[in-house]
This record gives sequence, structure tokens and C-alpha cells, in this order.
Amino acid sequence: MALVQAHCARREGRLKEHGQILLAHGGGGRMSRSLIEAEIAPRFGKGPLKGFPDAASLPDPDGPLVFTTDSFVVQPLEFPGGDIGKLAVHGTVNDICVCGGKPLWLSVGLILEEGLNISLLRRILDSLAAAADECGVTVVTGDTKVVARGQCDGLYINTSGIGRALPGFSLGPEMIRPGDAVLASGPLGDHGMAVLCAREAVLSGTGPMSDTGPVHRLVAAAADMAGAVRFMRDPTRGGVAAVVNEAVHGTPCGVALDEQNIPVSPATRSAAELLGLDILHVASEGRILLFCAPEACDPILTAWKAIPEGRNACRMGTVTADAGSVLLNTLAGGRRLVDMPQGELLPRIC
Amino acid sequence: MAQRIGVSAEGHGKMCLAVPMELTDVRTGGRGTARADGIVRDVDISLIDDPRTGEFVIVHAGFAIERLDRAEAEARIALFEDMARRVSTPEFAS
Amino acid sequence: MKYVDAFRDPAASRAVVSELASLAGKLRESGIRPAIMEVCGTHTMAIARNGIRDVLPPEVSLISGPGCPVCVTEPGYIDAAILAATRATVFTFGDMLNVPGSEDSLATARAAGADVHPCYSPSAALDFARANPARETVFLAIGFETTIAPVAALAAAAENGLPNFSMLTALKLVPPALAALVSDPAVHIDAFLCPAHVSAIIGSDAYAPFAGPGGRPCVIAGFEPLDILYGIRCILAQLADGQAFVENEYARVVKPEGNVKAQNLISRYMEPYDAAWRGIGVIPASGLRLRKQYGAMDAESRFGIRVEPGTPPTGCRCGDVLKGILNPPGCPLFDGRCTPENPVGPCMVSSEGACAAWHSYRRIAPAGKDA
Repeated sequence: MALVQAHCARREGRLKEHGQILLAHGGGGRMSRSLIEAEIAPRFGKGPLKGFPDAASLPDPDGPLVFTTDSFVVQPLEFPGGDIGKLAVHGTVNDICVCGGKPLWLSVGLILEEGLNISLLRRILDSLAAAADECGVTVVTGDTKVVARGQCDGLYINTSGIGRALPGFSLGPEMIRPGDAVLASGPLGDHGMAVLCAREAVLSGTGPMSDTGPVHRLVAAAADMAGAVRFMRDPTRGGVAAVVNEAVHGTPCGVALDEQNIPVSPATRSAAELLGLDILHVASEGRILLFCAPEACDPILTAWKAIPEGRNACRMGTVTADAGSVLLNTLAGGRRLVDMPQGELLPRIC
Repeated sequence: MAQRIGVSAEGHGKMCLAVPMELTDVRTGGRGTARADGIVRDVDISLIDDPRTGEFVIVHAGFAIERLDRAEAEARIALFEDMARRVSTPEFAS
Repeated sequence: MKYVDAFRDPAASRAVVSELASLAGKLRESGIRPAIMEVCGTHTMAIARNGIRDVLPPEVSLISGPGCPVCVTEPGYIDAAILAATRATVFTFGDMLNVPGSEDSLATARAAGADVHPCYSPSAALDFARANPARETVFLAIGFETTIAPVAALAAAAENGLPNFSMLTALKLVPPALAALVSDPAVHIDAFLCPAHVSAIIGSDAYAPFAGPGGRPCVIAGFEPLDILYGIRCILAQLADGQAFVENEYARVVKPEGNVKAQNLISRYMEPYDAAWRGIGVIPASGLRLRKQYGAMDAESRFGIRVEPGTPPTGCRCGDVLKGILNPPGCPLFDGRCTPENPVGPCMVSSEGACAAWHSYRRIAPAGKDA
């Protein structure tokens, strides 16, 4: 036993000694093994991942499943309010949640660039593990590859997630009806602006903080009114404008948003003003847009406001009978179209 | 690691957009620091004659292009507040 | 935000809108249907984004002017920029990326390997040049007076000790464009809503030639919704009284003489020339370029590149849109062959372009208002 420990310590020592990822860490040989043992096993090597089988054996979840996948290429890897590890958990977990699922299991695929700093990798893996714990999901399988310097930008992560469909929800854009309320669980656009400000090297100070976070508690809080909830989405890439346009596309409904009621935190708004961005196009990573029958609006807002991530929840619009049209009632008293964002407005935001 | 330039927003760069910010620091070489609601950034103040800490400037693409006259701004705000009050009084509605 | 929120107050907007209605009533009695040109692209965008047209009296029409720098940049400039990007690291405002050149755009050139980087501030180009002394660095300096002032500051900073930094310029001036517009018999404009931040540099006195007897009301307004509404109100009031003078409704920033320090810096580094405007043609003394003695900072002379006019796309009527002769839907390409995803003309590319603003914010506008 002592011998094994000493061996492991030597391997750890070797990683420390290099201080960075080498191509050989992805070669499938001793170096690969040492990376897995030193960095992956201590964080994720329990449950189905114990012993590192080639595939995870999972218990029968007894009911319909929800399954999703997402890849993360955000730059910089660490930004105010979060990092790529946290984001890789929240992105996938939240997709399961807004489809009315309870997330259970996660796969994690890492693509590392030769030369990646080991202590940065450790911070990101710690953060990923903590985020998974908070969401109640278990990392059950994974993979690590190393590519030559210049062939990826530090670190990319892919996560896939499996969840169990929660009873009571019957969600879909086709469920939306004129008169329904459109709710936001909190201030919008914080993630996109935080990442963008971190990239604009000259921007400093407190600045916007990413809202990257799990929405499972918000979905659970709305579950009491599950029958009245029509549709949920997390407004990530493309922001509110993309989600709302996609939701009513091809339906007999439209949406009228009220500029006065769109929740935006002060720093995010300042940054958007400075850079000339429309906040409705900017990504959030820990918020929900929820469409519900009008009578469910107040109960859901009350339930959301009782938990920290929903304390600034509000109603920001109403479903109309104006097919496919998404309008904003402006502060100036006029109306304008809320269009889908064009092109890649903010590249590598998640 | 790959060189990290150019991962910037492609949609921004509104050509004449500028926002009011408060100068919090004035340094030599035409550099300064300005803030607005939680945003703090370095700005070039070489286009401003005799900039002072505490003044508001209009920042365009990282450059302060002119100072904001607070007395003029307050006077205009007062005008709009007065107009707003008048629309909310009942006699206006009739 | 201080000095921003106060200029977006809904109750004050309602108050200004009701004044607009009563002024429009007066004008109606005199048979005047005012056509107001908002000269600046940032006004165009702000008007669209705030739904301003929706609250205007039906007889008032707003016409977008030529003040969108991307829109008036010749396709040949894009061709030259792409050429520069094969020899240097190029920094540009993001709006330029998708502008079609004669064949390629900077975005397609970048996908094919050209070294092109969008930036918020031109300082990024300067910082890059400092950090990479062995790399040629070019900033695509396009814009009106608002941007010309920072470009002059950039030249001052680069003049000494940055031999690897240069600029490819397409800098244009607002007053000569207004002069060309008012002398064009095809153009019918009753008043100018003058730019906010261009005016901060040039000053309100710069509009004197366009006002006065026989001239038009020239009202300078900020870019916030209340500033714009109040600016239009002042224009209607002048028209109702049969007057035409320069009125500065953005006095919190704009002075009669403008920013003299910036003007001095600009004239130290730059000289006027007869610039070509995409879709409009050559306007005398309407552009600024680096003076000969700063040739080392001029990417054209440095790399032996020449900005030719280039080939504008067939069927595109951006020129008429820029002169206010045509509203975007009047162009046969609008929303058919020409969309923001696949722009043919520059007015569809820049978010400040009249066509892009119309496409993105206005497809709902009640018919007839702007006809």
C-alpha cells in the first residue's frame, strides 16, 4: 500500500515538475494514466466511474429519460463569476432542467492543449466537481485527449447529461397561448457581458459578473404549478431575442416585451451601453425564461423570489395573438421588432 | 497557447456611440480612468483640455471626446421632469 | 446610469409626444408634411431601436442620411484592407467585417487565413503593435469626426517609436456631405436632425451655412430617446414658425466652437481631400487623410496599396437610400437578395445602416408613415 502511495506521489511530483500538459499526457501510456490518477480520480472516481470502466453502468431510472449534450469553448477559461468547468456543468444540467428533467448523470470529455498550465487545469476541474455536486449530478464517464500546441485554445470541454423527466410538466412551444405571461428568473445578459469585458483587456474594476449557475431549484420551485407552465428555456447564446423568437416561430402566437420590465443589472447595462450591444441579444447561463398561463404568474414569481437565484425574478412580457411577431414596447412609448441576432455576435461565449 | 487576440464581439463598434463616464483618475501621458455603474476602464483623455478627476466625459471607443457639462445636463433633466409632471396631472388629461 | 436614465423617462416621453402632436396639427393647417433627415447612423439606429417613428405624428417622416461610415465606404477600400491583411495584422471595428468588397469581405478573407481582428477601441491596435514590434500592424481607420478625433490621438501616440504601426484611412466629414445633399435637386429635406457626437468635435457653429434665410432648421440632439424626441419637437416648432436656425439641444456636450483641442490635433496630422462616397460619388474636400510627412503611418504608401473605387454590386440602391431619395423597402433587393445574413449593399451590413435598421426593428411599422 505504502509502495503504491509513494508511486502515486512520484507521479504527482512529475506533473508538478512539468507544471504543464504535455502531448504524452494524451498518449494512452503511463503519462496518461498518471494524469487520470492524479487529477481525475480524486475528483470524480467514485460511483460508476470507480475503477474507470470503458462505459458506465447505470441503474434503471424508472421512467422517461432526458438526454442532452453541449460543448464549451469559452475564452477566457476563467472569467468574473465563473470558469469553463462550472459552465460545462451548468450548460448541460440547465438544458435538462428546462425540458422538465431532473439531472442525474454527466459525461465529461476534455480536450487539452499541450502546454496547458496544470494548476489552471486543477482549478477548473475543482470548479467542475463542485458545480456537479451542487446540482446533484454524478460524473459517470469521461475522456481526456491532448492536442499539439496551437490546435486548441487551452482547453475545450464537452459534457453530456442524462436526467429523469419530472412528472406534471408538459412543455413545448405548441402549448403557448395568447394571454400567457413571460417571466424571467433574474437579470439578463450577465454572462455574455462578463466574458466580453474579461476579453477587452482594458476593461477592469468590478464589472459584470457571470450568472453561470444551476436552474434546477428554479424548475423545482415552479413544479407546483407544472400544469400551467407551457414552455421553458435558458436564454444562452442569442439571448432573450433568440429564445422568444424561436418559441413563437411557426405558432399562431407572438410576444410583446416591455422594455421597462426587462431585468438588467447595472454593471451589465453599463457595459452593454459602452459596447453598443442590445441586452436582448446577450447570453445568460443561469436564468430561465418561462411561459405560463396568466393565473400561474404570481405563484411562480412568489416561489422563485423565495430562493436566492430567483430573488430578482419578474414578468417581462405577454403572449399575443400576433403570429410570429416579437415586439418590444419601448420606454419612449413606441414599439419595435425584436429580431433574431444576426451572425456570430459574440463568438466563444460558452 | 494560441495567441489570444481578436476574440471580440463582432457586432459592436457603433460608430458614433459614446457614453458619459466619471473620471476617477487623471494620469500623465493622456491616460485616465473612468467609471459608470460598476464599469471601470482606462480611457485616453488626450483630447480633453485640462481634465479633472470628478468630471464627466463622453467616452467613444476608449477615448474621451468631450466633457459633459453637469449644469447643462441637470437643467435639461429638470425640464424633462417638469414636462413629465405636467402629463401626470389631471387637467392635462382633459 | 447617471446622465443616461434621466433621458429615457417614459412620462417625459409622453409629454414631448403630445407636444409633437399639437405642433404637427399646426403644420397640417399650413399644409406642411415635414421630411426630416437624421444625418447620423447612430441616430438612425437609436430611432429604430427605441421605436421613435411609432410615436411621431403621421405626417412627419424621418429620412436616414449618409452618416453611417460603413455604408459610405467604397468597395475598393475593403479590397485594399484585405490586401493589407495579407501583409500585416489588421484591426477593425466589428461592423466592417461583413461589408462586401468587390469580391470578398474581411470576414471571408479571415476565414481563408487573413489576419483580421475586430476591436472595440483603436487602442487595441496600438497595444498590439507595441507588444509585437516585429509584426506590421494596421488599423482600419474609418469614420466621421467622432472617430477622426481618436484617430488623430492615435497618430500622435504612434508618431514616435512605433515604426510597425500604420492606418488605412477612409475618414469622412459631415458638413461637406450636407452641402452636397442640399445642392442636389433630387433631394427633398425640410430640416436636419444633426449628429450628437460629430457635433461635439466640430461644434454647433459648423451648421450655420445650412440654416438661416433660405436654409433649413438644424437641430443638434443627443442619442437618447428623449433627446431625439425633443430635437424633433424643436424642428417642428421652427417649421411652424417659418424659421430656420441652428439650435443646440445637446448643450450638455456640444459647444458652439466644438472641441478645439481635438480640432487642432486633427489638422496637425490630417488634410482634406476630395473623397469618394459609396453610392453618392466624389464630394469636394469631404475626406481627411494623413499629411504627406506622416506617410510612414499611412498603410497605402507603406505597402504600396491603392484604394480604387472597386465594383459596387449591381442593382443595389444604397446610394439613393443614403441621399434620402429612397426608403429601404423601395430597393428591389431589400429583404430579398439583400438581408443582414447575406448583405449586398453596405446599408444592410452596418447596424447603423438604414436598411439593417429597417430590417431589424421595423418590419412591423404601419404602412404609409414613411412613404
